Amino acid sequence: MSPRTPGADLPEHPDFLWRNPEPKRSYDVVIVGGGGHGLATAHYLAKNHGITNVAVLEKGWLAGGNMARNTTIIRSNYLWDESSAIYEQALKLWEGLEEDLGYPILFSQRGVLNLAHTLQDVRDSVRRVEANKLNGVDAEWLEPDEVRKVCPIVNTSADIRYPVLGATYQPRAGIAKHDYVAWGFARRAYEAGIDLIQDCEVTGFATDGNRVSGVQTTRGTIAAGTVALCAAGHTSVLTDMLGIRVPVQSHPLQALVSELLEPVHPTVVMSNAVHVYVSQAHKGELVMGAGVDSYNGYGQRGAFHIIERQMAAAVELFPVFARAHLLRTWAGIVDTSPDASPIVGRTPYDNVYLNCGWGTGGFKATPGIGWALAHTIAHDEPHANVAPFSLDRFVTGALVDEHGAAAVAH
Amino acid sequence: MQLIECPWCGPREEVEFHYGGQAHVPYPDNPAEVSDEEWAHYVFFRDNTKGRFAERWNHTAGCRRWFNAIRDTATYRFERVYRLDGPKPVTP
Ligand SMILES: Cc1cc2nc3c(=O)[nH]c(=O)nc-3n(C[C@H](O)[C@H](O)[C@H](O)COP(=O)(O)OP(=O)(O)OC[C@H]3O[C@@H](n4cnc5c(N)ncnc54)[C@H](O)[C@@H]3O)c2cc1C
Ligand SMILES: [Zn+2]
Repeated sequence: MSPRTPGADLPEHPDFLWRNPEPKRSYDVVIVGGGGHGLATAHYLAKNHGITNVAVLEKGWLAGGNMARNTTIIRSNYLWDESSAIYEQALKLWEGLEEDLGYPILFSQRGVLNLAHTLQDVRDSVRRVEANKLNGVDAEWLEPDEVRKVCPIVNTSADIRYPVLGATYQPRAGIAKHDYVAWGFARRAYEAGIDLIQDCEVTGFATDGNRVSGVQTTRGTIAAGTVALCAAGHTSVLTDMLGIRVPVQSHPLQALVSELLEPVHPTVVMSNAVHVYVSQAHKGELVMGAGVDSYNGYGQRGAFHIIERQMAAAVELFPVFARAHLLRTWAGIVDTSPDASPIVGRTPYDNVYLNCGWGTGGFKATPGIGWALAHTIAHDEPHANVAPFSLDRFVTGALVDEHGAAAVAH
Repeated sequence: MQLIECPWCGPREEVEFHYGGQAHVPYPDNPAEVSDEEWAHYVFFRDNTKGRFAERWNHTAGCRRWFNAIRDTATYRFERVYRLDGPKPVTP
């Protein structure tokens, strides 16, 4: 009997969603970072502005950074007008994204509860609900018995360490499948003629006065008309090369999943006070995130006591989880900013745009920031939705303080 | 759990410590003459080095004293700890 060819009985490999081209020597636009933001920017450059001589340079594999590691919570219930504008526009884009990309993204608008555990939490939450309503964002304040109706497994009894005193509720919030989102954007960008170049790390910049003429990479020097930095947790490594100071700090942020379970959790629950946020993915695993590890870190791993605390909080809020088994934990590297808002727009270099500081909460913004950054690049003028998030706000003092709405997580 | 060496108490578990960010950020000498931009850099901007980083730690659940450390932010390895009144060590 002749030996069987290994893999002969496997199904055919499905069609590739994109190819891996050799980098050209020059592009009109070079996007550094092939996470969600870089890929979405590429897509909208092509779709909205007809700009396709574009490369997305990714040092690892496409969307293997925070895009692959986040807990996929999508919502727009932030406090300030500036934040509402960009997150709500993003949410509206999410609502039509599956159709736009022609790709399933499992966007599920199952609502989000942000729990309040102290009197101050209650006051801040009610204020945020009112602010949301004024901005046309769907939001409600729920008393504990109403919380229980939305999510019966939350422990709303009065005798726990941090009783649930109520919650804000945004029904249009939800989750999506992060990998599919990235692949959907990547496929559309590739079809439009954009080069997605993996295994290509930007290691330096060639400058010419106030302009950057090109990027040095592990695959050679590439000339660029415009450069957009979408490197999330590694932004400072790039801006250090350019001599630009940006007020972000990189921290490990961990998450975990349980084994697959029957559907028990109908919505998304977040609690800033006890530091946990939980949803149940389509396949059935419980997906939980924690707060950042306190120290600066680039290691894509965090400390175990953070996981222990997060589990303790989860089990107190959801006693039914006590029997679930932890399957896997991991970490990403998030770029936190002083006011918990992103930093987007101009840099001291005329043709370099910055997009960073999304910290623990930039997945939900993916289509919105792609849209606004593409517009910014195409018109060489910050889009109205990103204009308030300029780097110079730290000098003018026009901060957009979203610590209350962002807190542990975004 | 990672052990951190407190210069006064010796090695203790990481949970006993509180992180204090970048070390050696001096308060401006002439605060009244500092520009908005310089204030912004003092208040909001910190280095975000990938690699060896001088930073402050407090042994909150122990002697409650501050100290400095040189730690690698990519590997999380503490290379040395030193007292606040000491100079920043010259590392190879
Ligand atoms: C555990 C965890 C949970 C989270 N949960 C949520 C959530 O529930 N909701 C939410 O809205 N957000 C969440 N976030 C935040 C969100 O993931 C990020 O804000 C967002 O993904 C950042 O944008 P991105 O997708 O472009 O980043 P990334 O996917 O990190 O993309 C940046 C890319 O740049 C590449 N890069 C870096 N340096 C270079 C270089 N020199 N050359 C070439 N390429 C380079 C990296 O390899 C990386 O692929 C979470 C993050 C983590 C880690
Ligand atoms: Zn001590």
